[in-house]
Amino acid sequence: MKVLVAVKRVIDYNVQIRVKEDGSGVNTDNVKMSTNPPDDNAIEEAVKLKESGKVKEIVAVTIGGEKAQETVRKALAVGADRGIYVKADSYIEPLGIAKILKKVVEKEKPDMVFLGKQAIDDDCNQTGQMLAAILNWPQGTFASKINLKDKTMEIVREIDEGLETLEINLPAVVTCDLRLNEPRFASLPNIMKAKKKTIDQMNAKDLGVDITNRIQQLKVEEPPKRKGGIKVSSVAELVSKLKNEAKVI
Amino acid sequence: MSVLLVAEHDNLNLKAFTFNAITAASKMDADIHVLVAGYECESVSKEVASIPLVKKVLLCDSQNYQNYLPENLAPLVTKVSEKYDHIVASANTFGKNFMPRVAAALDVSQVSDVIKINGPETFLRPIYAGNAFATVKSNDKKKCVTIRPTSFDPAPKTGGSAQIEKVEAAPVPNTSKFIKREETKSERPELGTARIVISGGRGMQSGENFKLINSIADKLNAAVGASRAAVDAGYIGNDHQVGQTGKVVVPDLYIAVGISGAIQHLAGMKESKIIVAINKDGEAPIFSVADYGLEADLFTALPEFLAELNKLNTIQK
Repeated sequence: MKVLVAVKRVIDYNVQIRVKEDGSGVNTDNVKMSTNPPDDNAIEEAVKLKESGKVKEIVAVTIGGEKAQETVRKALAVGADRGIYVKADSYIEPLGIAKILKKVVEKEKPDMVFLGKQAIDDDCNQTGQMLAAILNWPQGTFASKINLKDKTMEIVREIDEGLETLEINLPAVVTCDLRLNEPRFASLPNIMKAKKKTIDQMNAKDLGVDITNRIQQLKVEEPPKRKGGIKVSSVAELVSKLKNEAKVI
Repeated sequence: MSVLLVAEHDNLNLKAFTFNAITAASKMDADIHVLVAGYECESVSKEVASIPLVKKVLLCDSQNYQNYLPENLAPLVTKVSEKYDHIVASANTFGKNFMPRVAAALDVSQVSDVIKINGPETFLRPIYAGNAFATVKSNDKKKCVTIRPTSFDPAPKTGGSAQIEKVEAAPVPNTSKFIKREETKSERPELGTARIVISGGRGMQSGENFKLINSIADKLNAAVGASRAAVDAGYIGNDHQVGQTGKVVVPDLYIAVGISGAIQHLAGMKESKIIVAINKDGEAPIFSVADYGLEADLFTALPEFLAELNKLNTIQK
């Protein structure tokens, strides 16, 4: 079987982001960038399936500016076989990304598409579900366990109430939760080997899909700051403050 | 024009967050119609009909919708959405699962996780784990919106008498099958709606030690939460996770115990009214958002905390 894994380059999760003073967005100049964390889980799961013999080929795809290719390179170093880079000059909404990925799916004909469940920059949580919808495929979102069978896969999903188990037909889209697996680090020899693997290029504009953004970002601002609190010296003082000052217990 | 809200329920009762979603929907348009899709869920449609803000209930009763499989539910919502300007659901695992499928089918760019409605087209939503707020305007003719339930008050539940109209099921693709749902049953209030939440982090050191948290939760009638680190370490189930990828909670009182305060965790609790942090590391980032910080070893502080609570004559429930 063949898996397509979509990865996105985002501001590293450890970076404290800064809102631009003119309200036009978030500062990304000279900021550490890395692969969206749950996308690493998506790659890892594909590699594990390949190691188990169930998957023959892993193709990693990203969409974005030139540097977005770093995320594909990283996927190749961890175990993906080939890469696809779709060049895009500016931000594309999840709907447009889903349409581009559909074009890639039509060309590559994978049995499964893996994505992270959510990108930690725009926090939209849409792309996988939208891709599944326009392909008319089933989806397993927020997957924390995957059991691949011949023509179906069993998915354990993380839901608000606990866990849900589904069986979905292949081909299917899976969006991966952070608890699906423990992503590995690329070894130096594998990083070197990855440099020889091919990354095919495409241009988002040439794919014949409407990727115009529909949502206008009017303003980005810092959230209201919390007023500074105090340190209490004892448990007794804490309970007294909660009872008599904050009046919450 | 009207707004279509997709109700979340378990075929018997409406889920609490639907009331919050109705309040949010009412700020987009006063003409609110609610779709109740499920199996043998007539009682739910009656519950919805009695909500004063609701003008009409659309009931679709079919086995296809018993388990809210998005492959089945989305085509129905898409079909019903024809007459509406706004399609709204909660931004929890229910709404996140099916709404993007509806939006994509309608060729609409979805606005996710809205915390404030500025007008029928303009919304405020957190990005970067709540470290920035974006004001966005949707230029699509139809708007697909998921709202963060804890950012809106629940709508009044009784006094209304909306008309209930039956709608036909839509064709289903038969590509997915529900196997089972393992819900964690608890005597305590639900994490998402509890007035008080007490959470443990990696500092708890084991699942066994969560009994210290549990006994205080019982005393305060609080829900029990956890950081991702505690969930990943296997101390407690994933349904307790508070944070960017877990639940967002806005209780009157949030008590963070042995939680350092990673950005991802703060995203899930920093809108709480009063925050207490108990941590032995005085430099932990959790103290920067805490109204009351106690720098102490949790293994001595928690038993003392319980003892102090036991001394109080009354505790608010």
